[in-house]
Amino acid sequence: MQTDWLFIGIFLAIGLVFPAVPIVLAYFISPHKSNPLKNDTYECGIETVGEAWVQFKAQYYIFALVFVVFDVESVFLFPWAVAYKAMPFFMVFEGILFILLLVGALVYIWRKGVLEWA
Amino acid sequence: MPTFDPANIFMWAYKFLGWWLTSLGLAPEFVLFVQLFAAIGMLATVVLLIPIFTIWLERKIAGRFQDRLGPNRTGPYGLLQSFADVLKLLTKEDITPHKADKWIFNLSPLFGVLSIITVWAVIPWASTMVGADINVGVLYLLGISGLGTIAIMMGGWSSNNKFALLGAFRAVAQLVAYEVPMIITLLIPVMLSGSMSLQSIVKAQGQMWFIVLAPFAGVLFFITSIAEIGRAPFDLLEAESEIATGYNIEYTGMKFGVWMLQEFSHAFAVGPLFATFFLGGWQGPYATEIPVLGIVYFMLKSFFGYFMIIWVRSTLPRIRIDHLMSLNWKFFVPVSLLALIVTALVDKAMSEFAPGTGVAGRAIVLFTANVLLVISVIIGIRNAAHAVRVKEEGDDHAEHGDAADSHDDHSAHPAPAH
Repeated sequence: MQTDWLFIGIFLAIGLVFPAVPIVLAYFISPHKSNPLKNDTYECGIETVGEAWVQFKAQYYIFALVFVVFDVESVFLFPWAVAYKAMPFFMVFEGILFILLLVGALVYIWRKGVLEWA
Repeated sequence: MPTFDPANIFMWAYKFLGWWLTSLGLAPEFVLFVQLFAAIGMLATVVLLIPIFTIWLERKIAGRFQDRLGPNRTGPYGLLQSFADVLKLLTKEDITPHKADKWIFNLSPLFGVLSIITVWAVIPWASTMVGADINVGVLYLLGISGLGTIAIMMGGWSSNNKFALLGAFRAVAQLVAYEVPMIITLLIPVMLSGSMSLQSIVKAQGQMWFIVLAPFAGVLFFITSIAEIGRAPFDLLEAESEIATGYNIEYTGMKFGVWMLQEFSHAFAVGPLFATFFLGGWQGPYATEIPVLGIVYFMLKSFFGYFMIIWVRSTLPRIRIDHLMSLNWKFFVPVSLLALIVTALVDKAMSEFAPGTGVAGRAIVLFTANVLLVISVIIGIRNAAHAVRVKEEGDDHAEHGDAADSHDDHSAHPAPAH
């Protein structure tokens, strides 16, 4: 099994190098004629107005929060799923109870109106 | 010297390399390192060369769906079109906006492609050929796709451009949202096979593919994967006419090429993943005796999955961003949790109260349970849409509404008392 993780480690290193090769190649082949107008930020052909790092809508934060809740739930469900075949019958109900708790949370945030895009 | 085995030629080459290096007198750790390096080099090269072929395939097939020929000028049947595109991108100037964050700007396309290539480390190609048969394969896949999401955020943030930033926010919101039903539907093959390792999941499908045992989960996984790769009908991330290309606005030349490579490799990675989890991976007649046949079956199934993706893309219009999010949180998440509960209950009840059922019996029972689930979901949606229409219009003649209506009245859910 250690060979497997070594495989993945080397793969990550090579995976970072492989796409860098065409970029480096392009650096040698392509022209380098920069001028201030070309390096300016794109805003549909007009001068940029204001800072680029705008305030973001709080709705994105809420969706990320809901995602975190469900992601943690699924991480807890993975051992339950792996042990599924060897479990006695009542343990399926325990897992389902856990899922239903989170379905309750989903219904709560749904009715609270948190899931609207506005 | 390892005996020549044509049915298992790649593993034989691997062992031959090890034997040859050991016979030269090198240390065993170094031999292992070189073996792995060679294997990874070959795998990464194949994985990065497949998109060149699939881009051509996609343009031809999408063209045929739109009643036109695809590219047919460059080379016979337009086969050299991808090479021409790569050459063009190589010779374009690489413009970096002058206030952009240089390190992150340059690193983010690399991380994007990294997250896709490393998925292939755990996908089994044949009964003896899998890069790394780790026992947490599914969890590894989910972690790696998170890395892809971070790469998009990095690209958008470091570009110093409002459009790129907003595009990156939307992209990350969509990707992160659709990961939830994807993870939940992935729990079902893990349950049915009892292991998170992808090779074990494929081996457990020797008798019956999981698409028969859990068709609803399979279709849900397919749809959420299409949303994950940002493909139509979920391609708001790259809708050029709408948000001016989004997070890769400021990328030019080969860096843009690498983003496009990431997108097409990701699109192709869904086919093999769907084939591995639901269509039985490399399983097929004589796949265990002749491992090379396993590769053939696997490629056939993954190209079938890819053809389905192109088909869906050519057929459906784009979904609006708020419809997209409502569809996910109000339809896919509850329905996938419901599918998980139903599959868990039915399978366990069968093995508990009727332990002698064979493969066919189990398949029939689970398939029927899935069909009943689909029927009840459709009935639930009809009732919800009917209730909404009656409330809105005071009108009794309501037809079958669509699930993407973002109203928070859902009569199929037992409302908690509050």
